[in-house]
Amino acid sequence: MTPDPQKLEELIKKHKEGQLKPKDRYEIPAQDMPAQDAVRRRQNMNEVAEGFTEFQARMEALRCLQCKNAPCVEGCPVRIRIRDFIAAIAEGDFAEALSIIKENSLLPAVCGRVCPQEVQCQEKCTVGKKFKDVNLSVSIGRLERFVADLGAKQGGEVPKVAPSTGKKVAIIGCGPGGIVVAADTRRAGHDVTIFEAFHKPGGVMVYGIPEFRLPKEIVRQEIEVLEKMGVKIVCNFIVGRTRTIRQLMEEDGFDAVYIGVGAGLPKFMDIPGEHLVGVYSANEYLTRANLMRAYDFGNGADTPIAVSKSVAVLGGGNVAMDAARMAVRLGAENVYLIYRRSEKEMPARIEEVHHAKEEGVQFRVLQNPTRILGDDKSNVIGIECLRYELGEPDESGRRRPVPIKGSEFTIDVDTVIVAIGNGANPLLQQTTPGLEFNKWGNIVVDDRCKTSLEGVYAGGDIVLGAATVILAMGQGRIAAAAMNEYLGTLKK
Amino acid sequence: MTFKIISKKQLSENVFQMDVFAPLVASARKAGQFVIVSPNVDHGERIPLTIAGADPQKGTIRLIFQRVGKATAQMADLHAQDAMGYVAGPLGRPTHVEKFGTVVCVGGGIGNAPLLPIATAMKTAGNKLITILGARTKELVILEDDFRAISDELLVVTDDGSYGRKALVTEPLKEVCGRAARPDLAVVIGPTIMMKFCCDVTRQFQVPTQVSLNTIMVDGTGMCGGCRVEVAGKTKFVCVDGPEFDGHQVNFDAMMKRMNAYKALEQKAYEQYRSHTCRIGLNHK
Ligand SMILES: Cc1cc2nc3c(=O)[nH]c(=O)nc-3n(C[C@H](O)[C@H](O)[C@H](O)COP(=O)(O)OP(=O)(O)OC[C@H]3O[C@@H](n4cnc5c(N)ncnc54)[C@H](O)[C@@H]3O)c2cc1C
Ligand code: SF4
Ligand code: FES
Repeated sequence: MTPDPQKLEELIKKHKEGQLKPKDRYEIPAQDMPAQDAVRRRQNMNEVAEGFTEFQARMEALRCLQCKNAPCVEGCPVRIRIRDFIAAIAEGDFAEALSIIKENSLLPAVCGRVCPQEVQCQEKCTVGKKFKDVNLSVSIGRLERFVADLGAKQGGEVPKVAPSTGKKVAIIGCGPGGIVVAADTRRAGHDVTIFEAFHKPGGVMVYGIPEFRLPKEIVRQEIEVLEKMGVKIVCNFIVGRTRTIRQLMEEDGFDAVYIGVGAGLPKFMDIPGEHLVGVYSANEYLTRANLMRAYDFGNGADTPIAVSKSVAVLGGGNVAMDAARMAVRLGAENVYLIYRRSEKEMPARIEEVHHAKEEGVQFRVLQNPTRILGDDKSNVIGIECLRYELGEPDESGRRRPVPIKGSEFTIDVDTVIVAIGNGANPLLQQTTPGLEFNKWGNIVVDDRCKTSLEGVYAGGDIVLGAATVILAMGQGRIAAAAMNEYLGTLKK
Repeated sequence: MTFKIISKKQLSENVFQMDVFAPLVASARKAGQFVIVSPNVDHGERIPLTIAGADPQKGTIRLIFQRVGKATAQMADLHAQDAMGYVAGPLGRPTHVEKFGTVVCVGGGIGNAPLLPIATAMKTAGNKLITILGARTKELVILEDDFRAISDELLVVTDDGSYGRKALVTEPLKEVCGRAARPDLAVVIGPTIMMKFCCDVTRQFQVPTQVSLNTIMVDGTGMCGGCRVEVAGKTKFVCVDGPEFDGHQVNFDAMMKRMNAYKALEQKAYEQYRSHTCRIGLNHK
């Protein structure tokens, strides 16, 4: 659609006069996200979605009905005042829009890109309901991203920090949860240190989610803001090994601790052949590619990754999509995504499924691997699968896939990437007596994210199991508020 | 935090010893644990190395490594007063040390380095210590004096007979296991193939055997699964479940194949690096 500035002017005028009726708003076309061409992006790591133009952002904002009850807000895990920030965009006051978002979300440029809006705010949107199509809801995420990116271009501001309280906060893990807790406790004037096991801060946002979906530069800027606020970030520090939580509190003088160590520990399928050369967990594949920049192997990066011709990715979630799309970019000719249920049941975001297909990932649904085949040197040469059909619905309401007897067949592949989820990392459980875990190894917390240990709080994937960036951030905010309160009661 | 190299020593043509300033690791580490290091901060490879010793007072840890690829070659090109990119650790579960009775420690090649702190801890715990050290040739026998100082009995073998007895370590191990006073525990660290054959020997004599595995690793904290091995038919992660395992339960054949996964790629990177540094060398002259 060619932008028609005059049309926009007219609409805005009517909007300002209060004359823009729902009927008029429904007629405004939903704005398409400009994206890099699918053929070209197969060859590069650059971001796929390029972001709304100002024209598009304002057109899209005018689609919003400004509902009295704003059902979208309820769908947002951190209750961003969505209706109000969209109104500000329609008015052209982008700075105001950003500051409304920042009341509740500290990483809008990240969330605007990676939140599953179609099952959160956009699922509830009245406009989508009217069209009976969630894809026609107001594009809240894209609008969020638009104002965040604009704000970043104009140089993000550093939040004010209260006078020093003399209390010390330790944050374990520099993922989205840890970052939020650091910002909120530092703002309250505490002395904050983040301990991160890897040599780079950012958590899954740097080692898992690929550059083409979330540019690392965005994460780097957010970390820089933290540092400007006076948060100390210590990398290469593995809590539980380098120092234990007890040592941090009893010997190093930390008054409160937040545990945001993420999920870790990838699951495997436990089928024959998983120890062959060329079988990766998605975590390993993506870490090599993202964090260690294996795609630059030999050109400045020293971590290798398999050079694959044909790749099978096992799983149907976002992680599987990321791995498949990464394999495409690393030059694989055939990338198969093998999933046990049907496409409708895939937990991955629709947008990611769509992008993966555009990039040539071949979907093999209702199939499940039974073993991985290797040659005499133990290199992967194929994967044997069984066909499935959909049976009766199970407890979760999803129709249960049942295997079709005797339907085995093989696909020739030289690489297999297992993306079927993560279990909890046992490290803190092994090294923190008194900290309560559930039977899956997740930390048990109360509704304010407090653990069984005095002064110790936790949130994100280590509490929720594999969750999302926004849920980790949401818990981070709750924990930080509880920690600030707790620290206020401490005499020092 | 700068991880300064305090001293560096070349133990043989391709084996180097470094004392690196890493005070937190130095005071936290226990026998059997390892670190992940990288010669440069940004995009260097993450290399797992067992800690060969530490001085908590000086805040240093001792690393002994073999120049095998680009990353270790880069490390070997660093000198005293230079800084390592980073050192993260200590990682892995510490060795279980107690008074077992008689412990036979078997080290092969560079494996002597991680073996030394374990042997020392076993000796300190009151065990009788028999040490068997093996290497391809005389100049590759490292840390012999350190082992002599703590061992009740020390046996050295070389493949080519240039030093000690001409044999593989499995020979003296068989003899020691066959003695009337059979050892209560064997600890074996060295090339994977050597650990496999040593385990075949100790299995015959039913001597419980600990091995320390050095698989491919990325994070070293349980996140990637790249370090997985099959132990007693189950998938285990060397970095969090190990690095030490019951040697009689480890599937060494699968492990050896996985270790070769990146041979060709790494060889290429190493050659590139060498020809590049050689060229720089020439320009200087
Ligand atoms: C490939 C992939 C794609 C994803 N895509 C999406 C998406 O599109 N949208 C979305 O919302 N979510 C997505 N997720 C999930 C999302 O990234 C996570 O839910 C979120 O990052 C969890 O945040 P967290 O704060 O719990 O910690 P994490 O981001 O998991 O970070 C934890 C940090 O703690 C560090 N750490 C661990 N143990 C220790 C220790 N002992 N000492 C010190 N540091 C330690 C780790 O190195 C890590 O940096 C994706 C996940 C993956 C793997
Ligand atoms: S539900 Fe949709 S239309 Fe209503 S306020 Fe929210 S974004 Fe606007
Ligand atoms: S090295 Fe990544 S899980 Fe062990």
